[in-house]
Amino acid sequence: MTGMIAAASSGTADASYFARAERREAWSFALLALPGLVVIGLLLIVPVGWLFVLSFIGKDGGVSLENYARLAQPVYVITFVTTFQIAGIVTLGSILLGYPVAYLLSQLSPRAAAICMIFVILPFWTSVLVRTYAWLVLLQRRGLINSWLVSLGIINEPIPLVNNFIGTTIGMLHVLLPFMILPLYSSMKTIDGDYLKAASSCGASPMRAFWDVFFPLSRPGLFAGTVLVFILSLGFYLTPALLGGGRVSMWSMQIATNVSTYSNWGAASALGVLLLVVTIAILAALNKVFRVDKLYGGR
Amino acid sequence: MKVPVSIRGLSKKFGSFEALKDINLDIAPGEFVTLLGPSGSGKTTLLQVLAGFVTPTSGSILVAGEELLTRPPHQREIGLVFQNYALFPHMNVFENIAYPLKLRRLPRSEIETRVRGALDMVRLSQFIDRPVDKLSGGQKQRVALARAIVFEPRILLMDESLSALDKKLREQMQIELRHLHERLHTTTVFVTHDQREALTMSDRIAVINNGALIQFDTPRAIYDRPRTRFVADFVGETTFLPVELGTSGGASVFGTPLRLPDHAGAVAAAQSDSWLALRPEKLALSPAASPETNVNSFSAVARETIFQGDSLLVIAGFPDGQSIAVRLVPQEANRGLVPLPGQPIHINVHRNDSILVSGDV
Amino acid sequence: MLTAAASATQIRHYQRLWLYGLCALIFTFLIVPCVLIVPMSFSASNYLEFPPRAWSLRWYREFFDSAEWMDALWLSLRVAGLTTLIATPIGTAAAYGLSQMPERLTKPLRMSFLLPMIVPNILVAIGVFFVFARLGLNNTVTGLVLVGIMLALPFVLVTVSSGLQSFDGNLERAARSLGATRLQAFLTVTVPQIKSSIAAGALFAFVAAFDEVVIALYISSGENSTLPRRMFANIRDQVDPLVAAVSSVLVVASIVLLLIVQIAKRPEKGAAR
Ligand SMILES: Nc1ncnc2c1ncn2[C@@H]1O[C@H](COP(=O)(O)OP(=O)(O)OP(=O)(O)O)[C@@H](O)[C@H]1O
Ligand SMILES: [Mg+2]
Repeated sequence: MTGMIAAASSGTADASYFARAERREAWSFALLALPGLVVIGLLLIVPVGWLFVLSFIGKDGGVSLENYARLAQPVYVITFVTTFQIAGIVTLGSILLGYPVAYLLSQLSPRAAAICMIFVILPFWTSVLVRTYAWLVLLQRRGLINSWLVSLGIINEPIPLVNNFIGTTIGMLHVLLPFMILPLYSSMKTIDGDYLKAASSCGASPMRAFWDVFFPLSRPGLFAGTVLVFILSLGFYLTPALLGGGRVSMWSMQIATNVSTYSNWGAASALGVLLLVVTIAILAALNKVFRVDKLYGGR
Repeated sequence: MKVPVSIRGLSKKFGSFEALKDINLDIAPGEFVTLLGPSGSGKTTLLQVLAGFVTPTSGSILVAGEELLTRPPHQREIGLVFQNYALFPHMNVFENIAYPLKLRRLPRSEIETRVRGALDMVRLSQFIDRPVDKLSGGQKQRVALARAIVFEPRILLMDESLSALDKKLREQMQIELRHLHERLHTTTVFVTHDQREALTMSDRIAVINNGALIQFDTPRAIYDRPRTRFVADFVGETTFLPVELGTSGGASVFGTPLRLPDHAGAVAAAQSDSWLALRPEKLALSPAASPETNVNSFSAVARETIFQGDSLLVIAGFPDGQSIAVRLVPQEANRGLVPLPGQPIHINVHRNDSILVSGDV
Repeated sequence: MLTAAASATQIRHYQRLWLYGLCALIFTFLIVPCVLIVPMSFSASNYLEFPPRAWSLRWYREFFDSAEWMDALWLSLRVAGLTTLIATPIGTAAAYGLSQMPERLTKPLRMSFLLPMIVPNILVAIGVFFVFARLGLNNTVTGLVLVGIMLALPFVLVTVSSGLQSFDGNLERAARSLGATRLQAFLTVTVPQIKSSIAAGALFAFVAAFDEVVIALYISSGENSTLPRRMFANIRDQVDPLVAAVSSVLVVASIVLLLIVQIAKRPEKGAAR
């Protein structure tokens, strides 16, 4: 009797009930992600979308491509070339410096690796502004580097190391190097030492074993690090703005200058949209090869 | 608490894959039912539907006449023991077992008594303050069990709960579980892919394959009277011989007319695809055809003899090349019966041990 | 033959000396700028010099006595604190929701959560400035916190997601079968299991919001300047040891944070086994 009443009150379930229940659950999970998506939508998509619209509006207020046409001017072309040059050098530099460090870390005992890791993590944690400031101090005319070089007799008088291309590159390399080391290290850590032993037992010299076995297996990390460092360099603002001394014109600085000096929102937007398109194109091209959303997993 | 559970027309599709196909199962109040089936047959899926973690595609489950499927998992009053125990690592033994009671807002003193009672039942009283990661596999298993029964659920579900334990411990736990069930009489659904475990523990066994219920019967019936070739093969070592059906309703194997068992209801349903299922321990050997009228006797040639300690396995070959195993008890009386390789022999089976099964899976 | 090959792989330490040497140089390169600031900040002179000719606490006094700098510090702490309080639950909820959804649906969603890391800051900065100008949010704490949340979300999502990845979903199911609602199961079972990931996410959120400077250049100024904003202006306009003192405070703070993280990480490892 009570059973029947309960059955009546809870209702019987049919196929459509189950389908609805399943959909309701899926949506309730999507709902959990909603606040975050709203924040990103309102504070990232809307502002950037607005710039996108602005970039197609000409001086007269009508729709035009003049903002993009202007990007062919020599001043911008020089900026693009400089940006890619610096991004390229910084990426290359971070590979050359990052690979040996990641390799060493992966070969050390966990204890020793944890200690050495501090040298990578501490800079990573330290504010970019502070580190850039430190380089400004180190590289200045009467700074530590110059005085060492002079006292070592390598140079006769202080050379300009800051407020130029060199300073910008060094500063950016320092800021971005951990972004190379961390993904590299996490992919190298998973390489089983037995592979190398197997290679040697097949008769490969240690060098040969490294190139034939270790290097190919470390490639996913190298790839992730390279992409990360390159796209971060393309859009980098802070370090070039402080260490370039106005003499190095990078893409992001052109955007800032157009806004603050010329109040030219159209030009700034066009530059920004192009920068974003280039960044996303690089990521999209590489997304085919590996999972971009895994990029930041190394942290 | 004893409740009947009635599963009606239950189906589950994952995309186009049918994990459960129209399952109908009536479980009596207080019954211990085992779901037995090979890996991937849908046992876990069925259990998860019962527990409320998988939404079925269609069907109904009535518990004491009331629809279960419309209730959220936390209101189902079902105790669930996971294969990997799923003990909460941040709680000790006491806190784990007290968890369902705290959720039910029982007074402290009552929680205390009930937890102690449950721990007594699984014989773990001295471990009450242990962190759960300091327990052995068997002890974890018992804690998981205690946690699942302490709130007196209406139904107890166990998913391959013993498979992670070593053989000795497992057999001990099987007996303890049985005893526990005799004390509590909670309606229980136990999942395993180990046929011996299923035969030992259950009131009834539901054999599942490819998401479909094949046979639901007592352990004896499942073992002695399997309905299909799949069931016979799954619950015990079996040799299948093809059965030819005569026009007059009689059946024969290798041209020899078959003497049919008493419970030949199965034969009435015998389709063209019928098999004679023979179990090694039900067979006997003789040098010549058995004269007895209740025995089916097939001629074969001995091939080899394998000593297995508690038994002696004679492998013989039929004229069509198929081999069959005969289990002999290695006692002195049987010594004369052990044939030499190449020796012609007869294999005898009582007609009531001659199982006819259909070829369906 | 085999033993010879095996011993050849055991590259001996001296054979690796060049690697050790090279890495020591690179480690120096990485660490020196982070710590060299500290001795310089104790200089008594008006100029930055190393080593300082005379030592003093003068620049620290100047920093802590200046109402402007203290306001900036306080503003940054408030913004970072509020950001952490809001971004951590939002990001954790999103990570949990995504972990429960089928993978094919979550991939685009995860990508959108990573956008703040991918889109160049300067672009976000002028876009946000433009939008905030219309909404009257420039130079407000609300505006700074909103931007902070947006920047912090990827960090929270990534760290909490990685915590959830190693979390056994059956624990939550067990809790629910024992009578816990979804929320109760999440709070009493899931959260205690992933709390160190959530804490790491919160820490990242705090640091991301506290250190943010490019967007602050546009949406924070005058009295409502954040600490990094003021530092940026100071570095650009005059290079004096005051910023070294501020930086030293920040460096010491990050070392302390790093130590806290390292210490907090340990017990979790033991418990997970
Ligand atoms: N969430 C899911 N999505 C898609 N397919 C699933 C899902 N869960 C289970 N399946 C499929 O359903 C079938 C039955 O799975 P189930 O886990 O119930 O098997 P099982 O009988 O418990 O096997 P085992 O003995 O190996 O545990 C399997 O083929 C499995 O791949
Ligand atoms: Mg299973």
